[in-house]
Amino acid sequence: MGMTITEKILARAARRSGVAPGESVWLDVDVLMTHDVCGPPTIAIWKKEFGEQAKVWDKKKLVIFPDHYIFTKNVHANRNVDILRQFASEYNLPNYYDVGTERYKGVCHLALAEEGYNVPGTVLFGTDSHTCTSGAFGMFSTGVGNTDAAFILGTGKIWEKIPESIKFTFNGKMPEYLTAKDLILQILGDITTDGATYRAMEFDGEAISGMNMLERMTLTNMAIEGGGMNGIIAVDDVTREYLKEIGVTDYQEFTSDPDAIYHSKYTYDVTKLEPTVAKPHSPDNRDKVKNVEGTKITKCYVGSCTGGKLTDFQFAAKILLGQKVKVTTHIVPASTQVAKQLEEETYKGISLKDIFVNAGCVIAESSCAACLGGPSDTIGRSVDGDVVVSTTNRNFPGRMGSKSSQVYLASPLTVAASAITGELTDPRKFL
Amino acid sequence: MENIIKGKAYVLGDNIDTDQIIPAEHLVYSTSDPEELKKYGHFALSSVPIEKAGLPEGRKTFIVGDNHQSEYSIIIGGSNFGCGSSREHAPLALQVAGTKIIVAESYARIFYRNSVDGGFLIPFEGNEKLNDKIKTGDELEVDLASNSLKNISSGKTYQLRPLGSVYDIVKSGGIFNYARENNMI
Repeated sequence: MGMTITEKILARAARRSGVAPGESVWLDVDVLMTHDVCGPPTIAIWKKEFGEQAKVWDKKKLVIFPDHYIFTKNVHANRNVDILRQFASEYNLPNYYDVGTERYKGVCHLALAEEGYNVPGTVLFGTDSHTCTSGAFGMFSTGVGNTDAAFILGTGKIWEKIPESIKFTFNGKMPEYLTAKDLILQILGDITTDGATYRAMEFDGEAISGMNMLERMTLTNMAIEGGGMNGIIAVDDVTREYLKEIGVTDYQEFTSDPDAIYHSKYTYDVTKLEPTVAKPHSPDNRDKVKNVEGTKITKCYVGSCTGGKLTDFQFAAKILLGQKVKVTTHIVPASTQVAKQLEEETYKGISLKDIFVNAGCVIAESSCAACLGGPSDTIGRSVDGDVVVSTTNRNFPGRMGSKSSQVYLASPLTVAASAITGELTDPRKFL
Repeated sequence: MENIIKGKAYVLGDNIDTDQIIPAEHLVYSTSDPEELKKYGHFALSSVPIEKAGLPEGRKTFIVGDNHQSEYSIIIGGSNFGCGSSREHAPLALQVAGTKIIVAESYARIFYRNSVDGGFLIPFEGNEKLNDKIKTGDELEVDLASNSLKNISSGKTYQLRPLGSVYDIVKSGGIFNYARENNMI
């Protein structure tokens, strides 16, 4: 019987020739990632449980990116970064990316890709639900809590139940008015926020093959919004090229067998899809942008692991060139590398940064920022009565700050078009 | 592990995400300092919209005033309980607030794992939807030996799904105890 790509990768990590959905197995973890919100409690549990003999199982395999609450005066948040710094120094950890130094990277999920920790065929666990992002690189990645992370930190092992897989095939060539964000919002409307619980979400098709790695990461990133255990895209030339450029050459490629068994299959023709939003207060509350056009908004936000990558800003810049925004529009590059790219990359001869500044946007420093609300002094945090249209991933009550604000999730094209008009706007009007 | 757990019900709707259980701005407190830990209890379920807090009527906050413990110790949820962010602070906050058991229709994977592996509380699944049958404030009794839930207030008894493969971890009180008992660490 054939196996899916997820089953093959988990079988390798379980040192088994084959695995079947529903089986519980112990896995050897290739990389453990943590950050400033969940790192300190993970370290505390690890110290308490392993006592004086607590040892990091493999320092090279532990990666720590402070990224959530960075530019804040909140003393407790800053104390958490101090705890990470002290831990890294005490144990001489090579993969700690400290705030306030040149090593600071920003949002962990993008930094994992940029720094070469996403290696096809491996398994990566992180103390963040969006760890599923890394699956764009033909690997297994998923989020865990602090106790599971502490267990991995001391042993390098974790138990998991082998998931069934759901396949999503996108046929056709992507029209210029759509981005990967529209595709994943389309899926979420179809399967709802628990349609993929404890399942793998596998993506393929012509539209996926035509996407660069950053756009693919938008798809795998939001697998968790469907309850997915992981999102995954098999390696192809686009993946190989990205990895070659950052010097990752030693990896194993896996693909699903033609006779692999799936829980279900969904097929889409991207040329028939339209710009899509998730209305308040759930990522599966899908609608076409054209159906909610004219809804007044108070704020726009382009940022986060989902929508703060170079491609997201390229999409936004294409629409904002020569325009003025009508509402406060925050531009938050996910990583410091993206922040640099905003200055270097141009559209029609003008740097992306200048396009945003000229349009009247507010550019913030790289971090998770207001995607998850954060401490009260977080830039872009929603306030009572706000109606935000955002490239981020969640619009649950209170997610971006005030629980009496409303958040629409959309593509960077839709967010940029809406910023110009001050109301929800179909980006086709500006393309 | 006690076999009979009694407590008052706090009833919630579907898709209670971890931002509603413990809003992200509060994730800055120490989880090991006993005094700071109380903050997690104090802010537990603080982002649930007021009209959906304590069903069926709503407008019953889980935590009253300056307290860090709730008068309710058994949560009755709907489908996809604990979806969203992976924050283990969510089951921790409920534990600090005094929650012993959740009975939901279904759970998001990470919340379920965190509850079990961290030994914070017991996540049961009902055989049927219960958040439209039980009212906030009802006196409940959960029998772990027979996997049943008795609503003392209404006199009705409901069957719960057996915990299955995670039972041993729940019984041990979390993944570390389980691993020690099985000589894994």
